[in-house]
Amino acid sequence: MKKRHALSTRLWHWINALCLVVLFMSGLNISNAHPRLYWGDRGFLPSEAWLSLPDFPGWITIPSYYSLAAARDWHVVFSLLFAFGLLAFMVIALINGHIRRDLLLRAAEWRPQSIWRDVKAHLRLDFEHGSGKYNVLQKLTYALVIFILLPAMIFTGMAMSPGMEAAWPWLTEMFGGRQSARSIHFLSAFALAAFLILHVVLVLLAGPITQLRGMLFGGRLDTSGGADAQA
Amino acid sequence: MRRRNFLVVLGASVVAGCDAVGDSSWFGKVVDRAQNWHRGLHRALGGGRIAMAPEFSRSAISPFFRGNGTQSIDTGTYRAAMEDGFANWTVTVSGLVEHPLELSMENLRGLPQRTQITRHDCVEGWSAIGEWTGPQLSTILDAAGVRPEARFAVFRCADNLNGGDYYESCDLDDALHPQTILAHQLNGEPLPERNGAPVRLRLERQLGYKHAKYLTGIELVESLDGIGEGKGGYWEDRAGYQWYAGI
Repeated sequence: MKKRHALSTRLWHWINALCLVVLFMSGLNISNAHPRLYWGDRGFLPSEAWLSLPDFPGWITIPSYYSLAAARDWHVVFSLLFAFGLLAFMVIALINGHIRRDLLLRAAEWRPQSIWRDVKAHLRLDFEHGSGKYNVLQKLTYALVIFILLPAMIFTGMAMSPGMEAAWPWLTEMFGGRQSARSIHFLSAFALAAFLILHVVLVLLAGPITQLRGMLFGGRLDTSGGADAQA
Repeated sequence: MRRRNFLVVLGASVVAGCDAVGDSSWFGKVVDRAQNWHRGLHRALGGGRIAMAPEFSRSAISPFFRGNGTQSIDTGTYRAAMEDGFANWTVTVSGLVEHPLELSMENLRGLPQRTQITRHDCVEGWSAIGEWTGPQLSTILDAAGVRPEARFAVFRCADNLNGGDYYESCDLDDALHPQTILAHQLNGEPLPERNGAPVRLRLERQLGYKHAKYLTGIELVESLDGIGEGKGGYWEDRAGYQWYAGI
């Protein structure tokens, strides 16, 4: 029997989930140190900010009390696991064909009516459709997360490090300056948090036991042609 | 309702668990190792060349360069030194050097000067851009003759913040970096008191707390043990900030 999810995919999925939660929650603690966002290279004054953030409460931050130093420690450790984890997943998924086979949209799937049909099916809470392992909206969302949002978190994070910036100044410039990189870091983080919530809701709607078993132990790959329930 | 209670308890135990891990000594060791990884990656990705912090044009300079940490020193000695324009202020160079030095402000101004417009990044997240002028630390260290066993430069300061003497340190790679200067001017004017008058360190590849202000001495050492609480700096000792602040 062929597994639905490769071992490498399952391992990365859970390591990445842990990283995202720890990085997001310690990031909110770091945000509390200076809760304003700017565009460009510099910024300090409230009048220069494009967004003032609320003070994030202890139940959603790591650690649960305000500590910039401790929150940065969590960030420093998990950023490495997060970045090298994604890199390893991408290399393996490229080699074993996961990206080409399951994540990239086929030419026919790009047609507006095919996307619209998929939207309507989702609204009916019908997840058992589509010809491949994932349906059109799933592929689009996973590709957006894996190829745009997760790398954006890593590269904007690197662009903010003064030591890294000295090594790769073009990276910080590419994002329009350090404070722009910081703003994009926040925006991508909240986009990922929204994805995580949507992802969990859809798993619950699509059958959490099957879904969890699939992502933990591999699940069964339906080779008869129709796609099985998935999120 | 029961499920909700369960989630609250689960969330609270995750957060409490993280707090416990964060306080443990093994996590501290993991953090130190991760910090070294970041430093190694920064150096490696620089591709062997001397990686320089970006420099900006005059038009990018912040209209007001704020001070952080100590903004003013209330001791009689410092007030008196300020009164006479820091004419008797000295920066000593000591420790593992062949020729210990005692440099006046006039000596510092007499050395070849470097002017750089750089961005100052606070660990909190804000950034300000200013133009700094002063001699390169490498010129001074060359004159003093650093002994081969020296591994760190420790920077002594005149300010005492919340009962502790401010100090900082860096490795020799950063100490000898071309952009590491002892700045006595900000935007073409003598350094204002809030920014560290009469002279401060600029360590451009690291965060703001490394840029020691009100500089009185530079000490070359082999180990940071026994200096302050041994973690290499005021905020490192007091709050647990990372010693390598290039992240």
